[in-house]
Amino acid sequence: MARYLLLRLADAIPTILLVLTLVFIAMRILPGDPALAALGDNALPEQIAEFRERMGLNVPLWQQYLNFMGGVFTLDLGSSLLKNTPVITLIAQNLPYTIELTLVAMAMGIVAGIPLGVIAATNRNKLPDNGVRVFSLIGYAIPDFYLGALLLITFSLNLGWFPINGAGEGFVDRLYHVFLPALTLAFVKAAFLGRLTRTSLLEVFGKDYIRTARAKGARENRVIYRHGLRNALLPITTGLGLSLLSTLSGSVAIELVFNRPGIGRLLISAIAERDYAVIQGGVLVFAMFVVLINLLMDLVYVVVDPRVKVQ
Amino acid sequence: MTAMGIATAERIVPNEGGENVLAVRNLKTAFRTPNGWVEIVKGISFDIAAQETLAVVGESGSGKSVTALSIMRLLDPEMSRVEGSVKLSGRELLKLNRAEMRDVRGRQMGMIFQEAMTSLNPLATIGAQIAEVLTIHGLMSNNEAMKEAERLLDRVRMPAAKSRLNDFPHSLSGGMRQRVMIAMALACKPKLLIADEPTTALDVTIQAQILQLIKQLQQEEGMGVLFITHDMGVVAEIADRTVVMLQGEAVEADSTDAIFARARHPYTKALIAAVPRLGTASGNGQPQHFPTLDRESGQIISGKLRPDTIRHAAEPVLRVKNLVKRFDLPGGFFSGPRGRVHAVENVSFELRPGETLSLVGESGCGKSTTGRTLMRLVEPQSGEIAIDGTDILALDKERMRDMRRHIQMIFQDPYASLNPRITVGEAIAEPYLTHKLGTRAQARQKAMDLLGQVGLSPEMANRYPQQFSGGQRQRICIARALSLEPKIIVADESVSALDVSIKAQVVNLMLDLQEKFGLAYLFISHDMAVVERISHQVAVMYLGEIVEIGPVKAVFGDPQHPYTKRLMAAVPIPDPARRLEVRPISNDEIRSPIRAADYEQPKREYRTVSEGHVVQVWGSDWTV
Repeated sequence: MARYLLLRLADAIPTILLVLTLVFIAMRILPGDPALAALGDNALPEQIAEFRERMGLNVPLWQQYLNFMGGVFTLDLGSSLLKNTPVITLIAQNLPYTIELTLVAMAMGIVAGIPLGVIAATNRNKLPDNGVRVFSLIGYAIPDFYLGALLLITFSLNLGWFPINGAGEGFVDRLYHVFLPALTLAFVKAAFLGRLTRTSLLEVFGKDYIRTARAKGARENRVIYRHGLRNALLPITTGLGLSLLSTLSGSVAIELVFNRPGIGRLLISAIAERDYAVIQGGVLVFAMFVVLINLLMDLVYVVVDPRVKVQ
Repeated sequence: MTAMGIATAERIVPNEGGENVLAVRNLKTAFRTPNGWVEIVKGISFDIAAQETLAVVGESGSGKSVTALSIMRLLDPEMSRVEGSVKLSGRELLKLNRAEMRDVRGRQMGMIFQEAMTSLNPLATIGAQIAEVLTIHGLMSNNEAMKEAERLLDRVRMPAAKSRLNDFPHSLSGGMRQRVMIAMALACKPKLLIADEPTTALDVTIQAQILQLIKQLQQEEGMGVLFITHDMGVVAEIADRTVVMLQGEAVEADSTDAIFARARHPYTKALIAAVPRLGTASGNGQPQHFPTLDRESGQIISGKLRPDTIRHAAEPVLRVKNLVKRFDLPGGFFSGPRGRVHAVENVSFELRPGETLSLVGESGCGKSTTGRTLMRLVEPQSGEIAIDGTDILALDKERMRDMRRHIQMIFQDPYASLNPRITVGEAIAEPYLTHKLGTRAQARQKAMDLLGQVGLSPEMANRYPQQFSGGQRQRICIARALSLEPKIIVADESVSALDVSIKAQVVNLMLDLQEKFGLAYLFISHDMAVVERISHQVAVMYLGEIVEIGPVKAVFGDPQHPYTKRLMAAVPIPDPARRLEVRPISNDEIRSPIRAADYEQPKREYRTVSEGHVVQVWGSDWTV
């Protein structure tokens, strides 16, 4: 198992290198000079030269690339051009908020989505099923930032039930602050997972072993959960992985709408300010997550499905 | 059934002596469709006594499985309607509520299905799945149920039962899975076992084991058995009485002996006639047509005698010598292969124009791989393959493609081997155009001619595959194979998936085409009875090797190799008199052709039994 993990991690290295390279190139071909962005249009040439020198921007591109890549492996992601803070510190400050938002949103989405799917599948083509389908359609169609703004205006601005911005202090306060943004993301998750659960479960219900379970005289609940849902969880697991990734990227917009700290907001402001080092660091974090989540999904498969062999 | 011109025989199979475990009266089942209710089972009645086996026999769509599911009440209540009366030990099942019915299922009636693999939950251990039946019905605690599961596995003759309890279904062989299903069905000692085609997906030696097991357990437990099958051979092996179903109706019902001795309904006669009897080939010693039922007159037509189609003087059209194909099982990153599948091992044979050679054997014996190797769909390790004297292994890609004109294949599944978005006319013309044998118009004409040749009408060329039945599709596949005017046709289990009567028709067609075009067939099959009927030569394969080869009469009439004997003994014989015999059937699994990487194939010696009949000399490991 440990060997398998190591091999899978090794597999991920080229992916991460490729992502880093792409980010590096994208940053350099974007129009706009980071020195001007940082110092303003009225900066003197000496100031600009000094700035470029300090930031390592006046060496040839290939050398910048090597410096950057070398930095990544020593966890030295450089410093923010503007804030003069090491990028690693900025990430460490912001990452917990993004993780918190993502996890709470996922938990809410799973808790709502999977039961919705079960209800829909067991009442196929009846009222509850149609209800879930309409809900799913809305969830698919509505952009999360729009839904977020809608919830913010209704529950925070007008009704005053929830805070308008920030992330809060202490466990309860933080949960209180994260609730609305997480709900926004969870709405889309629940729609996706509900539909996925419905489809997978209906497919499993058509399988012979479900008939076998009934032929044994099993109660309907046992048939649905023990034999049905457990098998349906295999495709749902894949869906969860995808969903986790989309929640992560969805958090970028949501952090902006709710004015919460987090990697997403850090990234957006860094892009606006041409803060190369921060952008690179932020994208690196996202890339690492994608790789990690995929790895996690593979592991879940090995644990859940006895037919998948570790090689 | 008036179309057949014969009145339906008495429809009830009453049971005079003793108490009935199951009494079914006028059972009607209808399914909801967009066009209203469609009746699938049109009122059938029968009784089953304790220790008695009743077979319900019929072809696909006859309603036999629906009958079983109706009795178990396993059909979706919203999509189906069951009427009539089903009494289990005098208790009316169709009037029970859901909870009462649940107590009956699994407790008083057990059921086993055709596909044991898909009928077992892939995520639960087999021990847990067997124990579940006992705990569901509140008979035992979890721990006791697990111990009982072990005992049950032992009862169904599962080798090393204890160590198997925590295995998952995927790690078992097909026969073992069916044993698990039986253990599950019998866990609560039900009064009735319903077996829905339980051996159809199994190899013939394994089928014999499972049939034997059901018989033995029935005697021990004293339960009634409702056995559903399409195979009259299996009926004769297992059933005391038989109901023949056709299009939802029971067309004939009687004791099995009576059915075989004096069937009255032409459909029953046709079913029995279609079951080949091993070792009873008569006529002029040539391959024979299957007798078929003429639906108009209700008469059984047995085919005319065929002339000798082999061109004895001609050079063999196919010559295979010392063919070897092994597949490596990948090992670790740095180590070599973990082992090898010895799929084809030193196989040699010859095929003359107009001749049929059958490769028979069970799963994993390498017969299909041999067929594929001949077309170089798989590249062999070593050996020679000569088609019309040309060594095809030496050909480059381009010339190999030309060579495939002479050797064509027909596969098992006619549904999967036709593209649903291409008309059958285009499908038949495609090889002709690919090989640039003529213009589009010529190809089209050719396709229409061929449709006529295979017994379909030329106007059908514009239809799509899904508008045809399974048998018709297989005819289309044959027409497509013929479009290149090949010399050799490799038929890989080509009739195995077809119903008995359709199988007979397709085999007859293949025989006619052989006569007309002088085709040579390499017929790959596990069905010994069909093989006996249509082959000139037969080669028995076991673990990649041909263990016995020769004229079909010699090999089947006087089998030498222990494996051939075992195979012959396992084939169900349509002779009800043999039903009560308990034959010695080896409980062995089919062995695996996977060998260690450093395995050296032993040097084999062969012995000539009679002219053309050669058998491999076997070692001490064969003690049958």
